[in-house]
Amino acid sequence: MHSVFSPASAQARIVAHLWWWMFGVGMIVWLGVTLAALYAARARRGERGANGLNEVTPTVRQRTERGIATATFVTLLILLAFLAYDFTAGRALAAHPKVATTIRVTGYQWWWDVLYEDPDPSKQVETANEIHVPVGETVQFTLRGADVIHSFWAPNLNGKKDLVPGYTTALFFRADTAGVYRGQCAEFCGLQHAKMAFYVIAEPRPKFEAWLAAASTPMQPPTDPKLVYGQKVFMSSGCPLCHSISGTDARGTVGPGLSHFKSRSTIAAGTLANTRQNLTRWIQNPAAFKPGVRMPALPFKPAELDALVSYLETLK
Amino acid sequence: MTAPLPIDQTFDTATVARVTAELDATWRERPGFWGWLTSVDHKAIGRRYIVTAFLMFIAGGLEAAIMRTQLAVPENHLLGPDRYNQLFTTHGTTMMFLFAVPMMTAMGIYFVPLMIGARNVAFPRLNAFGYWTYLVGVVFLYVSLFANTGPDTGWFAYVPLSGPAFSPGHRVDVWAQLVTFTEISALCVAVNIIVTTFKLRAPGMSLNRMPIFVWAQLVVAFMVVFAMPAVAAGSTLMLATDRAVNMHWFNPAEGGDALLWQHIFWFFGHPEVYIIFLPAMGMVTPIIETFCRRRVIGYTALVMANVATAFFAFGLWVHHMFATPIPELGQSLFTAASMVIAVPTGVQIFCWIATIWTGRARLTVPMLFILGFFFTFVNGGITGVMLASVAFDKQVHDTFFVVAHLHYVLIGGGLMPLFGAFYYWFPKVSGRLLSERLGKWHFWLFLIGVNVTFFPMHALGLDGMPRRVYTYLAPTGWGTLNFLATLGAYTIALGVLVFIVNALRSWRAGELAGDNPWDSSGLEWATSSPAPPYNFAFPIIIDSVHPLWETNVEHPVVTGLRTDRREILVTTTTDAVPESRHAAPDPSIWPLYLAGCMALLFIGSIFSPYFVLIAIGLSVFGLLGWGLQSTKKIEPELVQLPTGAMVEGA
Repeated sequence: MHSVFSPASAQARIVAHLWWWMFGVGMIVWLGVTLAALYAARARRGERGANGLNEVTPTVRQRTERGIATATFVTLLILLAFLAYDFTAGRALAAHPKVATTIRVTGYQWWWDVLYEDPDPSKQVETANEIHVPVGETVQFTLRGADVIHSFWAPNLNGKKDLVPGYTTALFFRADTAGVYRGQCAEFCGLQHAKMAFYVIAEPRPKFEAWLAAASTPMQPPTDPKLVYGQKVFMSSGCPLCHSISGTDARGTVGPGLSHFKSRSTIAAGTLANTRQNLTRWIQNPAAFKPGVRMPALPFKPAELDALVSYLETLK
Repeated sequence: MTAPLPIDQTFDTATVARVTAELDATWRERPGFWGWLTSVDHKAIGRRYIVTAFLMFIAGGLEAAIMRTQLAVPENHLLGPDRYNQLFTTHGTTMMFLFAVPMMTAMGIYFVPLMIGARNVAFPRLNAFGYWTYLVGVVFLYVSLFANTGPDTGWFAYVPLSGPAFSPGHRVDVWAQLVTFTEISALCVAVNIIVTTFKLRAPGMSLNRMPIFVWAQLVVAFMVVFAMPAVAAGSTLMLATDRAVNMHWFNPAEGGDALLWQHIFWFFGHPEVYIIFLPAMGMVTPIIETFCRRRVIGYTALVMANVATAFFAFGLWVHHMFATPIPELGQSLFTAASMVIAVPTGVQIFCWIATIWTGRARLTVPMLFILGFFFTFVNGGITGVMLASVAFDKQVHDTFFVVAHLHYVLIGGGLMPLFGAFYYWFPKVSGRLLSERLGKWHFWLFLIGVNVTFFPMHALGLDGMPRRVYTYLAPTGWGTLNFLATLGAYTIALGVLVFIVNALRSWRAGELAGDNPWDSSGLEWATSSPAPPYNFAFPIIIDSVHPLWETNVEHPVVTGLRTDRREILVTTTTDAVPESRHAAPDPSIWPLYLAGCMALLFIGSIFSPYFVLIAIGLSVFGLLGWGLQSTKKIEPELVQLPTGAMVEGA
């Protein structure tokens, strides 16, 4: 599902190659040293000298010392080769081709805010925990940590980059295989570090643009009475203090934006599948799934909850 | 030898008996509980350090076992995140600060004076003070853990997570002050080791005749002196004041810098690894020499490798921070340094293999652990070289790959030689041998357990499993390898249990060892096992690295030290020429008293700054008591060196 072993971008491919080379050479060295030690332990080379000590002739001693020097020299050569390979790989990874899309990702305890910047504010798209990217193009991520340090890492696509408060960092990759790739926060960030995942959806340009266009349309107000009631429940409770929904007055920035919420595949940063049942249970008691989560359990009556969930389910 | 000194020619068995009896009376440990509290004997204190640190190893191991149980299956509910975070933080903190470093330096406290033919360490009361301070830290951390205020931001305590905004309460304060206690304790040991090795070596033990073990301890002591102040500045001064009085050192909103902490921490944290690793390397040499019955090949190379490693160790810290915003050109410097440090380590390993190759190895338990060390440590070393690559590190940094790497390094490079050393030197401490049969069980269970636990973690990390997660979801597919790792962890626990049984049984009823059961070459075997409180009745004069292999029976000795008070022989730093006699302190309660004041100061400061004033006030009495008790008189040129006088056994 997500692995360094199955690279899906130019960048991850470079690192995967580097890994397999280092793995191969490393294995040879490991086996070589181990076998040498085991062989040495069985060898009976020394001659009994004074005090029952094992001594070797000057010739043997000289040969042994030459062996040590040779082994050291070989070690040095291997290290130099690794170093050269690493520097070459580093250069290739740092080569900055033309960037088509820039995405701003901000890490919060414990979810990811994703913003597609656009000079026209009405075309800006804000979403959470799911990142759509076009295949075959270099996508740059501008990374920020909002509270503590997080680390952005989707192993199939590239190495990780820390989101350090006070710094803006950047990471880019060019996905070359369409697919859905899981990523997860890699820097310990508190209670729910374990459940701070995200998905990168790499898709062909037309599909990506269609998604972007859909995502930038404001949500239409509901007409069905139950859904109208559901929206009223949302607006009159604590929800909009933290969450935003485009086309409404909900403009909270503390929690993930909920515009087009239903188009995402998971709830709570990759914790639960985005089904009606899961959503209901999540709203009832978020801490049951993510102990320590910032989202409180609000005391909804069953009818309110039902309408609220129905309303949220329409945010496609 | 320089100045001609008067020589005592009347040296017979009667004299030896008289001197020994007088020394027994003068250096006798005070009886009872009070005697226990006031002891300043390096062996008593070293033993306490070793036992306490081993208890910490068990505690840290149990924490690991609980964590492994939690991670055995996906979405396990044995532990919640709050408890898990306390456990992994306490595990790391315990293993690094309360087990590994104190254990390695404690081996130095116990064995360095014996190996260099000294009667005690240079500053016996400071040594006792160091132990009590360490004990305060141990008790403090574990009381806090059971009071549900165990630290929970990792043994690295990264800001801003550990700062006042995101870690209210006292959990991080506990961590910061615990680090303070271990810093002070480590510095006490380091200063002691440096001065002891420089000034108290047996006559004739010039620096180039010093045992490799002692060299390693000396180098590490210098590393402690340079590394510990960094973390002292970071945790005690900056993190604690950030939390207590809002200094904003690390708060970007007020002009502070969150990365600064990482630099300070790893400037200490990386050398810390070598502070654990180098003493273990010092243990490998005598074990190999003894059981292959030959002098190590490349004494000079080994010493140089130790020193080189210590230098490079301070130039690698950024490889813990490759994923942070640090310029790439700067990172490449640290890549090169991280790879280069493999060279001195490689040299050591090649020298040892060559020594074994040209000797005749007896596969006793210590020797098995040395072979286990090669197998396990070299794996960790190779993954270490891989991690030096920025490109690769950015993939596996903060994943289980690094968990695998660091455990291979620390268990392979630290624990394996340490267990070997336990089997090797146990008779020196107890007078009895550990059981070889149980030892073999211990070795195989431990070796298999370690590899079954940690090898799968490489794959887990490459498959994307981050570190420090209290659980994972089933669809990630990490379940199988995690389950395997948990089984491995239980195997390790079983192996350690066998060792504990072995140690307890052998301590009471093990086979009697005699003074030099392995027919080793080091000076520590030239006295009885266990050694008397004064270690050696007469300072032995040596003329080689392997004194007991040069002249198996007789050694010339120095006479003329007073026997009616505790006196030690001071020699010159490079050539170990006798310089003066020095009065060593008697047992004292003041180290314990001052450690108590220190505990009040640092623990109290978490709750109210007034405790600082009270503790300083109280410590005045301790300092006065300590100072007035001092009887330091240096009396030059009164020792006697023999011309032909020899004494049996000494």
